[in-house]
Amino acid sequence: MTNEKRIDQLREEAWAKGVVTGDGVDVAGGPIPQRPGYYGQPVVRPPVWTWEIPIYFFVGGLAGMSALIALGAALFHHPDVARTAIWIAAIGAVLSPVLLILDLGRPRLFIHMLRVFKPQSPMSMGAWILAAFGTCVVPGLIALELHMSHVFTGATDQILRIAAGILIFGSAIFGVLLATYTGVLIGATSIPAWFLHHLLLPIHFGAAGLGSAAALLELLGHRIAPLNGIGLFVAAVESALLIWLSLDKHGAADRAIHEHRSGWLIRIGEVLMGPFPLVLRFFGVIPLAAIFFLLGALISRFGWIAVGRVSGCDPEAVFASQK
Amino acid sequence: MIGEGTQSTNQRRHNYLQENVEVGFFTDPTVCIGCKACEVACKEWNEVPDDGFTWLGNSYDNTGHLGASTWRHVLFLEQDRQKGSQIVSSHSLGSGDGEDPFRWVFLSDVCKHCEEAGCLEACPTGAIVRTEVGSVLVQNDVCNGCGYCVVSCPFGVIDRRPQPLPDAGGAFKCTFCYDRQKSGLPPACAKVCPTESIVFGRLDDLRARATQRVQQLREHGYADAQLYDPIDTSVRGTHAFFLILGEPEAYGLPPKPQVPTIHLKSAWTAAFATAIGALIATLCAFAFL
Repeated sequence: MTNEKRIDQLREEAWAKGVVTGDGVDVAGGPIPQRPGYYGQPVVRPPVWTWEIPIYFFVGGLAGMSALIALGAALFHHPDVARTAIWIAAIGAVLSPVLLILDLGRPRLFIHMLRVFKPQSPMSMGAWILAAFGTCVVPGLIALELHMSHVFTGATDQILRIAAGILIFGSAIFGVLLATYTGVLIGATSIPAWFLHHLLLPIHFGAAGLGSAAALLELLGHRIAPLNGIGLFVAAVESALLIWLSLDKHGAADRAIHEHRSGWLIRIGEVLMGPFPLVLRFFGVIPLAAIFFLLGALISRFGWIAVGRVSGCDPEAVFASQK
Repeated sequence: MIGEGTQSTNQRRHNYLQENVEVGFFTDPTVCIGCKACEVACKEWNEVPDDGFTWLGNSYDNTGHLGASTWRHVLFLEQDRQKGSQIVSSHSLGSGDGEDPFRWVFLSDVCKHCEEAGCLEACPTGAIVRTEVGSVLVQNDVCNGCGYCVVSCPFGVIDRRPQPLPDAGGAFKCTFCYDRQKSGLPPACAKVCPTESIVFGRLDDLRARATQRVQQLREHGYADAQLYDPIDTSVRGTHAFFLILGEPEAYGLPPKPQVPTIHLKSAWTAAFATAIGALIATLCAFAFL
C-alpha cells in the first residue's frame, strides 16, 4: 500500500470513528490511544533463534541425561540398558552440534565457539560442555560396543572395559551439565520472563531431560523398575514446578508465561510432563506416560522460546521487571 | 562546543585512541532539531545497508528502533506538556505560557557502550571486545552469529542482520567509529551534528558538561530535565549518556537496566544442584529399585 493511500485511510477512520487503531500517527492529544514506552517499540530485543534451538534443548537434555542413566545402568548390572542409553547419548551428541550450527548466522564460523573459554558466558560454557560430552560419549560408545561384542580378548578387552567405564563416567558428568546449562543460558539474559525465572529454568530443563531419557528407554523396550522410578520422580518434580510457576507470578513483567499462545505452550507442556505421567505411572500405564512426557518436554522447550519472543517485544514487561 | 569552530571536540583531530583516553557521547535533546543527519552520516560512513523503507507513522520517525542496520536513531516524542523557555546565553526568552501544553523532543539514540556490557560478557567467540577508548566493538570477521548478545543487551541495541543484506548473519551495532578514531577523527555522527546535540569528547569532560547543562536547564524552568546514565545499577554507567526531559520510559529506555551476568551465580547454583540431584536420584533408582 502506498503511503498516501494509508494516510487517507487513517483520516477517514479518524473522521468516522473518532479513534484510529493499528499502526498510525500516535500524536499527543490526538484521537489515537497512546502505546506504552516509545510508540510501543520493544525495549530489549527478542531472541533471533529459530526452531533448531528448542529442538536442541530437547535433544541435548535427553542425550545428556541418557548418559547419566547409562552410568547408573552400567554400575548396577543392567548392561543392555546401558548399551541403549549410550547409543541414545551418542546420537544426541552428534545431532546437537548440527542443530546449533544450523541456527548460527554464519555456520561456517562455528569453530569460533572454541576460540575462547569464557566462564561468564553460558553460551561459551555450553559449547565447551557439548564438546567435552561428545569427546567422551562417542569413544565411550565405541569402547563399550567393542567390549560387549567380545571383539578382543585378554588384556585388550580389559583395557576396553576400563576405558568404557571412565568414558561413560565422563559422559554422565558432562551430560548432566549439558541438560541443565540451557536453563542458565536463557535465565541469564535481559528478557524479563526468562531472567525472573532463572532459578526454575535449570531445574525444569534438567528434570525434563532426565524424564525424556527414561521415557525413551522405556519406549524402546526397557521396562525396568529403576526407569519407572525415575519417571515417577521427575513427574513429581515437574508437578511441583508447575505449582511454583503458577504461584511465582510477576504481573506484567512475566505475563508471557501466563497469557498468549506462549502461555498455552508452557501450560500444555507442564501438564504433559507433571500431573499426567504421575497419574498414569501410578496406574501402571507406562507407555502412555512416556509418550506424554516426551511430548511435554518438546512442547515446553518451544514454549519457553515463544515466551522469550513475546516478552522481549513487550516494553511494559521490561518496565515492570525494573520497578 | 558551538562557537568553537574547528576547535570543537566534535571537529578537531585527536589522539585519544593512542593515549588510551576514555571517550564518550553526550546527547542533549534540548538542542536537537531532528534533522537525522547523524543517521545518514552513520549509514554512509559505515556502509550500513538499508533495511527497508517501512512507514511506521510514529510521528516523523520511520526508523523505529536501533538494530543491526540502524546504529543511530532519532526519536520524535510528542508530549502534551509545557515546553520550556528558550535560553539565549544566560537569559530566558518567553516560555510560551498560556499556549496549549505541547512539546516536541528529539533525541538521537545510540549504543550506550556500557561500562559492564551485557553483549560483551555474553559473546562466546570473543568477537566483542573493549577498545582502547572504552567503547564496545564487534569484530565482524570473528562473529559467527550465535545471537546470544541479542538477548543479553539490556537496551535492545545489538541485533543479528537478516538475509539478504550484505554481511548477513553477523551481529551488528554502533562501532563508535573505531576506524575514524584510529585516524584521529571524531565519529561521523558527532562530526555532522549541526547543533552539537551529539557531543563527542573525553568522558570526564562530558560528564562535567552534562551535569552543568542539567543544572542550567533546571534553572530556566525545565523541571523534569535529568541525566540518563545508569551508574547506580549493575551496568555501572555508560559511555554514551543522555540528557532527557521526563521519564526514561517515554524514550524506550529501561529505567533500571541490569547486566544479565548478575543472574549467573544463582542460575548456575540451581543448575549444579539439579545436576547433583539427578545424579543421586538416578543412582538411587538403580541401586534400590
